[in-house]
Amino acid sequence: MKRGEQTMVPRASFSSYYGRPVLKKPVWRELDIAGYFFTGGIAAGSALLAAGADLTDRPTLRRNSRLTTVAALGVSAAALVHDLGVPTRFHHMLRVLKPTSPMSVGSWFLTVFAAPASVTAVAELPGLLPRGLRAPLAAVARPAGLAAAAVAPAIATYTAVLVSDTAVPAWHAAHRELPFVFAGSALAGSAGLSLMTTPLRENAPVARMAVVGAVLELAASQRMERRLGFVGEPYRDGSAGRKLRASKVLTAVGAATALLGRRRRPAALAAGVALVAASALTRFGVFEAGVASAEDPAYVVSPQRERLEAARAGAVDNVSK
Amino acid sequence: MSQPRMGFFTDTSVCIGCKACEVACKEWNRVPDDGFNLLGLSYDNTGNLGANTWRHVAFIEQPKPAGEEPGGARGDLRWLMSSDVCKHCTEAGCLDVCPTGALFRTEFGTVVVQEDICNGCGYCVPACPFGVIDRRESDGKAWKCTLCYDRIGEGQTPACAQACPTASIQFGPLEELRERAHGRVEELVAAGVPDARLYGDDPADGVGGAGAMFLLLDEPEVYGLPPDPVVPTRALGSMWRHAAAAAAVFAGLGVTTFAGRRR
Repeated sequence: MKRGEQTMVPRASFSSYYGRPVLKKPVWRELDIAGYFFTGGIAAGSALLAAGADLTDRPTLRRNSRLTTVAALGVSAAALVHDLGVPTRFHHMLRVLKPTSPMSVGSWFLTVFAAPASVTAVAELPGLLPRGLRAPLAAVARPAGLAAAAVAPAIATYTAVLVSDTAVPAWHAAHRELPFVFAGSALAGSAGLSLMTTPLRENAPVARMAVVGAVLELAASQRMERRLGFVGEPYRDGSAGRKLRASKVLTAVGAATALLGRRRRPAALAAGVALVAASALTRFGVFEAGVASAEDPAYVVSPQRERLEAARAGAVDNVSK
Repeated sequence: MSQPRMGFFTDTSVCIGCKACEVACKEWNRVPDDGFNLLGLSYDNTGNLGANTWRHVAFIEQPKPAGEEPGGARGDLRWLMSSDVCKHCTEAGCLDVCPTGALFRTEFGTVVVQEDICNGCGYCVPACPFGVIDRRESDGKAWKCTLCYDRIGEGQTPACAQACPTASIQFGPLEELRERAHGRVEELVAAGVPDARLYGDDPADGVGGAGAMFLLLDEPEVYGLPPDPVVPTRALGSMWRHAAAAAAVFAGLGVTTFAGRRR
């Protein structure tokens, strides 16, 4: 029996309006938004690597990580603006700061992250700077890098709050574990990208980050799928299920290869490719699972109906006591 | 003199499925055409609420007697009709998550999108537990029922309620409507319609009570309504706490990664 068939609520037992969806599915384009979750995670993890490399005197890792942070951030920003219905109004995101809107809070996180991260990247390209700016920039690069690293954990995890703060059943129900899944995926993915570009003599911490990120992601995913039950089905079924299974295999293989083979260039490269692909597959898989759960009225109606019946039974118990 | 909260009471027991509400809404609010579709769902060729549909009449055919008629039974089918609309929730998911401030709460307690602010981020769309608001393809902005903000500001009745020929759609101060709705349910139950129940009338429900309540003759899901909707932001505190814990783990793992001995 396939795991997806372990349905806790019999599908036939719920009523609907001609089987039509109750919710509107997200209008976000998968490539833009799942792609942003992926590149945002890469940027966050790379900022950590850059700060660590700076403090432990690994100059190549530092330079590559700073440049990767800003490149990934650039792709993120482009994807986010591209996905807007009215892209010319992207700056309306900073009209207000609204604590009830994870997207508003996230826009401010991104702004606060991008400023120091950009400073560190520019500091790595002294050839592009006028002579008089080189020394001051070199002086502020380390504090700027530490500031970016301080905001990076928020960048890596707030996107989980963003998707969970919706009525989409598979996202909303997963709000406890998703931040950990995203944090692990960001660590493993950014370490993967770094394994591809870092010289072998500097890649020991990168391989460690790959392993701890992979363990975090796999453990959190496992816990999430166990706890969710029926509403977790979309994480196992269809295209989302295939992507998430592939991600788990690639995460495990990539982390093991990073641990055992980081001293050999081909193995480090292969581990990097596997981890980057796994990180992307996780975000696209989670995205698709949410969309699938919004399109199927069973995931909306059945849990709500169960909750109502349970509350009604509880009320009857209270009366009879 | 404070402005009372205004809303709708849609009594589906007297809806005749004429769709005058759908038409009046489109005409008054200049909502674009959404195509000439034949859905094959009884008399419903609209399908659902959306960016271009702010009132939607659902048609449900059931193999169930319509109730006791004078002079004996009258066939074994009943036809449910219901004009759905934005619920203008007390705790509105769309309003909570809107990052630009385009969605706002009016002086009438209704929830309205300012189209000159909306940048089409689309966050409100999956945040609505009723699946009401949507992004319009042609201009990229989010649209939904405004409870005719322009009309009620001038002391007039919203277009749908004005056009409804049977008073199935009633507009007024929410408190008054709630009383009227409870009275109507009692009346129907006493008259032999035990299925009559209210939807969206309870301030203790998952959205703090709706600004648009309904009298239904079957379970909400039969009409395409969620049976126990909860605004997603109710769990936002827990979400941020879990994210903060995950962020701490992320930072901690980053530090330990470099804390190992230098090789």
